[in-house]
Amino acid sequence: MTSISSSWDGTITSTQFHNAASTFSEIWNNFDLGFPHWSWINFPNKPGFAATKLQGYLSLENMILPITTEEECVLAGTEDLTCSNEDSFDDTAILVQKDSKERHHYDFHVIYSSSFRVPVLYFRAYCSDGEPLAIEDLEKDFPAYTAQELAVSKWTFITREEHPYLNRPWYTLHPCGTSEWMKLLFSNEPSVVNQGGVAIEKYLTSWFSVVSPVFGFKIPLKFSTFMNSGNVATVI
Amino acid sequence: MESKGGGTEAQKYIWEGAIPLQIHLHESEITTLPTPPPAMILAPRIGYLPLLAQKVKPFFSNSLPPGVDTIWFEYNGLPLKWYIPTGVLFDLLCAEPERPWNLTVHFRGYPGNILTPCDSEDSVKWSFINSFKEAAYIINGNCKNVMNMSQSDQLELWRSIMDGDLDSYLRISSKLKFGILVDDFSIQLNISSPKSPESTQNADGTAPAKTGRIPVRLYVRTINEDFDELEDAPVVESWDRISYINRPVQIHGDDKLWMRMDCEQPWNKKCMKKEVPCNEDHQSHMGRKSHGRLVCDCVTSGASKCFTLYDAVTKLLPEFFGEKLPPTDDVSKEEVEVEQRSSPEETNKSNTERSGEMLNEGIVSCSISDGAEIKLLRIQGIEPKMEIPFAWVVNNLMNPEYFLHICVYVKIQEPITI
Repeated sequence: MTSISSSWDGTITSTQFHNAASTFSEIWNNFDLGFPHWSWINFPNKPGFAATKLQGYLSLENMILPITTEEECVLAGTEDLTCSNEDSFDDTAILVQKDSKERHHYDFHVIYSSSFRVPVLYFRAYCSDGEPLAIEDLEKDFPAYTAQELAVSKWTFITREEHPYLNRPWYTLHPCGTSEWMKLLFSNEPSVVNQGGVAIEKYLTSWFSVVSPVFGFKIPLKFSTFMNSGNVATVI
Repeated sequence: MESKGGGTEAQKYIWEGAIPLQIHLHESEITTLPTPPPAMILAPRIGYLPLLAQKVKPFFSNSLPPGVDTIWFEYNGLPLKWYIPTGVLFDLLCAEPERPWNLTVHFRGYPGNILTPCDSEDSVKWSFINSFKEAAYIINGNCKNVMNMSQSDQLELWRSIMDGDLDSYLRISSKLKFGILVDDFSIQLNISSPKSPESTQNADGTAPAKTGRIPVRLYVRTINEDFDELEDAPVVESWDRISYINRPVQIHGDDKLWMRMDCEQPWNKKCMKKEVPCNEDHQSHMGRKSHGRLVCDCVTSGASKCFTLYDAVTKLLPEFFGEKLPPTDDVSKEEVEVEQRSSPEETNKSNTERSGEMLNEGIVSCSISDGAEIKLLRIQGIEPKMEIPFAWVVNNLMNPEYFLHICVYVKIQEPITI
């Protein structure tokens, strides 16, 4: 494993992604947070192609977005990125409840992008009867700041793209800024400064802590605290 | 080879390249008698199918049932992905070029479970711009140059694609300073690393100064049955038959990407002219002789020092070049895991053995291509020689969004169960 210098640009290799994904999902699943588990999906290869462990993705399926939020789920680690929008959160939650009793199911796949060298979130949403949700329905599930962002950046925030493995249209969060904010997040990491390296195991936790608020969903405090406590951090 | 007026000769051929389409309205959408005759339309290679809507619609507007239009096309029952450039679809799905290309058009019943939605020209434009951003990120390590484009430049860029206006495209795209793709054969990457200061953006020197990344989209069509003639290749019934590899080619500083082109012209001009009508000479010149392994002498003999198309394809598809892998030194560690595994001692081992090793490591695996064979490699309608410097291929054959689209036909000896 190569070490990452402090001039790290926020990107990871596919091998590092795979490692980070293993740690992230293992700890997440051990905590039994009341959410579905993450699992690594080895992608069934196309005929003629060599299988490598890199051909796959991290998957969490059948997630029902929590509607009551603030007491149970506490944002940890990255307050600065979302706090300013916290006020508007309640309204959305109420809106959802009022709007439909129907609970929406979400599937999340985290896929490594060789182009951007960062994880990319793909997701789809459907009703209990399996009917997929249109973007307008999604907006109602999302917190106000996400809906706002959607209105402003219709084509550059969340769009429909082809799932790289499943060959089907999924929603995706655009990754072109990911490396920059990842770099920013890790710039406060003592491990970067002191030891000249980045704890790759924490990469996905940090990444997810930024991505998940898009859905009004936050990484539980005990999980983040554990990840940040150094128990898992092998600095590489 | 470069000529006045901007753009290389090859670029001009590509921008002028068009595929003659014969478009039929799907029978389920015909509500009038007699049935409307097919529409004959020239579709630009670098264009996208939904952009033809305005031309196609008048042919069929009187026959359509009431409802809202969402145009989509199919070929032999396969819904065509609109975000793949038309020329690439043609190269990929028509093993033996079919002219005119018979497509079926639909204005109703969009297959939203297979194709990403396309409700307006804006969808196409943004798909293009997002690809463009991706390419910029691959090349420069960020996509600021595309993000910071002015509205009017963005519009003009898009217009240039719609109108096939190469000069105007070059004028806008040159402002973006895609450093690595400097259009000069004589520059060697390791000497000049031709990134402009603006495009590099990393004062702290984080970008891999000595490596270059080239945006490539690779489409691999696997065919189980044996076939001798391209026209016998079975039709593609599902997109699952096509592997799409979206992975940049990484070139290290010690690979000479650029070389002076004093060798013969590496491509056949005839192949690049407008693809009407089918030209016998063109056919015989192309693929036939290249059946079997596409190996070029200068690479295998080690005589060539420049980074060739062969080298690039080897990096992207190590599965098919397993035995011929060079020592791992110049292999991109991050991009290609299989190459990484093959240390020099291992390179003599057969694919099967390697697959065994992977299984031992607990990795779910399927049989590896014993005897898989590349039958055909096609870029922009031509089958370039494998010894062409990759830089030439990229600079001349890439699409306007800076991606090089490569279509590969691979024959698999026997059906493989996963």
